[in-house]
Amino acid sequence: MDTMNDRLVIAGREFQSRLWVGTGKYKDFAETKKAIDASGADVVTVAVRRVNITDRSKENLLDYLDPKKYIILPNTAGCYTVEDAVRYARLARAAGVSDLVKLEVIGDEKTLFPDTAGLIEAAKILIKEGFIVLPYTNDDPIVAKKLVDIGCPAVMPLAAPIGSGLGIRNPYNLKIIMETVKVPIIVDAGVGTASDAALAMEYGADAVLMNTAIAGAQDPIAMAEAMKYGVWAGRLAYKAGRIPRKLYATASSPIEGML
Amino acid sequence: MTIQVNGESRGIGDGHTVAALLRELDIRADRVAVELNLEILDRKDFETRGLREGDRVEILSFIGGGAE
Repeated sequence: MDTMNDRLVIAGREFQSRLWVGTGKYKDFAETKKAIDASGADVVTVAVRRVNITDRSKENLLDYLDPKKYIILPNTAGCYTVEDAVRYARLARAAGVSDLVKLEVIGDEKTLFPDTAGLIEAAKILIKEGFIVLPYTNDDPIVAKKLVDIGCPAVMPLAAPIGSGLGIRNPYNLKIIMETVKVPIIVDAGVGTASDAALAMEYGADAVLMNTAIAGAQDPIAMAEAMKYGVWAGRLAYKAGRIPRKLYATASSPIEGML
Repeated sequence: MTIQVNGESRGIGDGHTVAALLRELDIRADRVAVELNLEILDRKDFETRGLREGDRVEILSFIGGGAE
């Protein structure tokens, strides 16, 4: 299969890469850029924060990530209420160039699990305002369905808590989400290493989004590349169709011709 | 007159517009969102929108972030 022609389409937009990456936690912008290039990702998430007005010597992330080359996906990270999430989404749109937003309404500081009731409420408001809302949600099939019903063109269920590196904790729920909703599924958060990304894709995810697994690795650039191949391998295996699991052996060498 | 910019007090000249403030701060207007007294401004209004004593201005832009 030609991976270049296996494009992901969300709300009429074409995405070249099925690995999406965050831009946080890197040593500096140069490392961020190198890791993103190694990952092959064309979608990068960013946060919206106050400009440092006292030290203007600080470089801007967009000096390194040309918005013409990358799809900039702003998030509402750090928002714990519907009001804050909506406010940050609007600010992101005002600061940027598109209506895309990765919507997060966080429910709890310790787990960073989404507040799914708040998420649905905020998504409704933003969709009415013309946003393309990609919601960071729990691995809950009912919530995923509700998000799609109100107009989200994709859903982003977590694999595990943000930054935990635990991998896919509930593959069965993810599978149910994939069978329940007919929009692209982007597994977001909790991936630890390349095999986690491959597994997510093998289960049938349309893309995987990660940050810490790359930025926090001992060699972020090498891990970014590993993630690229993990996602490719998983996608290819999914499209190829794996063999069923069986309890007993099946010989792969013929019996005929044996002495 | 004195206004609040990103939570800090700042003296600016009378009749300053949002665009003039951004120039003074050496901030590129095409990379930021500006909120004036909780109202998010349209970028095309930066040149004409005047600032008044006590205004609260928030200037935000994209920074590195994944989730949370």
